Amino acid sequence: MAGLNKSEFANPVINWIDTRLPIFTMMQKEYGVFPTPKNFNYFWNFGALAMVNLMIMIVTGIFLAMNYQPNTQLAFDSVQHIMRDVNYGWLIRYVHQNGASMFFIVTYIHIFRGLYYGSYKTPRELLWMLGVVILILMMATAFMGYVLPWGQMSYWGATVITNLFSAFPVVGPKIVTLLWGGFSVDNPTLNRFFALHYLLPFVLVGVIFLHVAALHITGSNNPLGIDVKTPQDTLPFHPYYTVKDSVGICVYMIVFAALVFFAPNYLGDPNNFIPANPLVTPADIVPEWYFLPFYAILRSVPNKLLGVCMMFGSLLVMFVLPWLDTSRVRSARFRPIYKWFILLWVVAVIVLGVCGAHKPEGIWVILSRVCTLYYFLHFLVIMPILGKLERPLPLPESISKPVLGGRGGGPMPAGAAAKPMEKA
Amino acid sequence: MADSSAAAHHAAPDGVTKRDLLQLIAGAGAAIGAGAIAWPLIDSMNPSKDVLALSSVDVDLAPVVEGQGITIVWQGKPIFVRHRTAAEIKEAQDVKLSQLIDPTNGLDSERVKAGHDQWIILVGICTHLGCVPLGNKPSDPRGDYGGWFCPCHGSQYDTSGRVRHGPAPLNLALPPYAFESDTKIKVG
Repeated sequence: MAGLNKSEFANPVINWIDTRLPIFTMMQKEYGVFPTPKNFNYFWNFGALAMVNLMIMIVTGIFLAMNYQPNTQLAFDSVQHIMRDVNYGWLIRYVHQNGASMFFIVTYIHIFRGLYYGSYKTPRELLWMLGVVILILMMATAFMGYVLPWGQMSYWGATVITNLFSAFPVVGPKIVTLLWGGFSVDNPTLNRFFALHYLLPFVLVGVIFLHVAALHITGSNNPLGIDVKTPQDTLPFHPYYTVKDSVGICVYMIVFAALVFFAPNYLGDPNNFIPANPLVTPADIVPEWYFLPFYAILRSVPNKLLGVCMMFGSLLVMFVLPWLDTSRVRSARFRPIYKWFILLWVVAVIVLGVCGAHKPEGIWVILSRVCTLYYFLHFLVIMPILGKLERPLPLPESISKPVLGGRGGGPMPAGAAAKPMEKA
Repeated sequence: MADSSAAAHHAAPDGVTKRDLLQLIAGAGAAIGAGAIAWPLIDSMNPSKDVLALSSVDVDLAPVVEGQGITIVWQGKPIFVRHRTAAEIKEAQDVKLSQLIDPTNGLDSERVKAGHDQWIILVGICTHLGCVPLGNKPSDPRGDYGGWFCPCHGSQYDTSGRVRHGPAPLNLALPPYAFESDTKIKVG
């Protein structure tokens, strides 16, 4: 397989490098002329947005780590030092803190896109499963990051989440002691959480690389959910989708900046302004907003072990989604009944989030139980059965000729698509 | 490819197209944005406000007897404070500028505060590669010129802190300081 690459780049320096290490040829193939379905809507921005968000988190995180002290005696004060003394420390920390929320907003919309348009179905099962791995790694990273400021919510969040593992019979308490490196959440716990919080984003980069590599094998799904049949169904990624992604990035940056500059603590918890106290639990203990639906599932079950299993199960069920959905039609646009069920599932998740923010009493218990039931019913019962019973709407012949007038990519200007496609 | 055909379509007679302008504006906007993002990140590596707040130190000279030196810390650096003997002062004053490797601030009178000839205050960092020279304690080796001797590469300084033997190129630096009374100085 050895042999020099025949580079087509005119610039002699680029050509010299590309001949020996064809990174320019690769970028040109994967992000330049890469044939991409021409009917993307703005939901297809969110993968790129998540990538940008990860980069922001890694860069701001590295600069925060230069000033942070992972020691129970120093951690809280070192965060205040970042906020007050370090040049632009307040900005870097607020970007990192709110960046976590932005990351979950972007990722949850990205996942909804996959669910609604059936992006998890064959041949993209592995692509989807890698995505679920990314989600779980992200959650672990976010959780450990939240512990680092060593405020009251950090400490008690760490205590509660690590204690989840105590629910498992026999090995449970041993696992918890192992996680803590002691007999309570303490300095060894903080040290290892910091080490892992620094490591996991780079693991994420690796898994995301595989996620994108798998995407570039199968090609992107699209709002119609039908396969690309001819080159006329696609556009080169650059400039069409680099520009479309840039529009999304601008809107994303506006939302992000509004959060950072006008409401930096809106999504935070005031209890985390109090230094960690292992002897006093705050009266209202809630996780960050992005964990609330899962927290509500945990609390909706009166049995400890079952609650923990349901909570983990709500994520793990995602792994087998490609096989639970028996319908061969990808896009919910052509599934008149399923469309309402998946939207109802979104409503259930949002209601679960609201339930998670309230004390588990009265109506909130009933609501969270109903929604938890629907969450699992949707995946485990409705999806497999509905796929067999439902009569989907007729699918368009091709991306270029949608049967639904005007939806999913109208007529393209003739000159725009045709020329680069002759190569593909 | 696609853009070249479109560009040709809109080309002005001089070959400059609207797309060239758009690309320049977009590129300039991205460059300004990248700079605006990089600035706070890089500036965060500069000394923070609590480090800047440690910019001055008060030193009580009363306990330092003649012939003795002490080392204090200012901005994380060692500062030599030496109470010179009359012989050391005379030795320092008798040196001619032509004898020095570095004649900048070479006169002893330029290196001490007027009326306080017995006190020499220096940044205790060798100007070669940043080691701390020996000689502040009477028991230390002080080199051939009776001042300081750097153990790293053998540079020698006289009793006024002037380099007399390489490889160090410059005299020991003078920190900013002032006498607040005859027995008290503020460094920084």
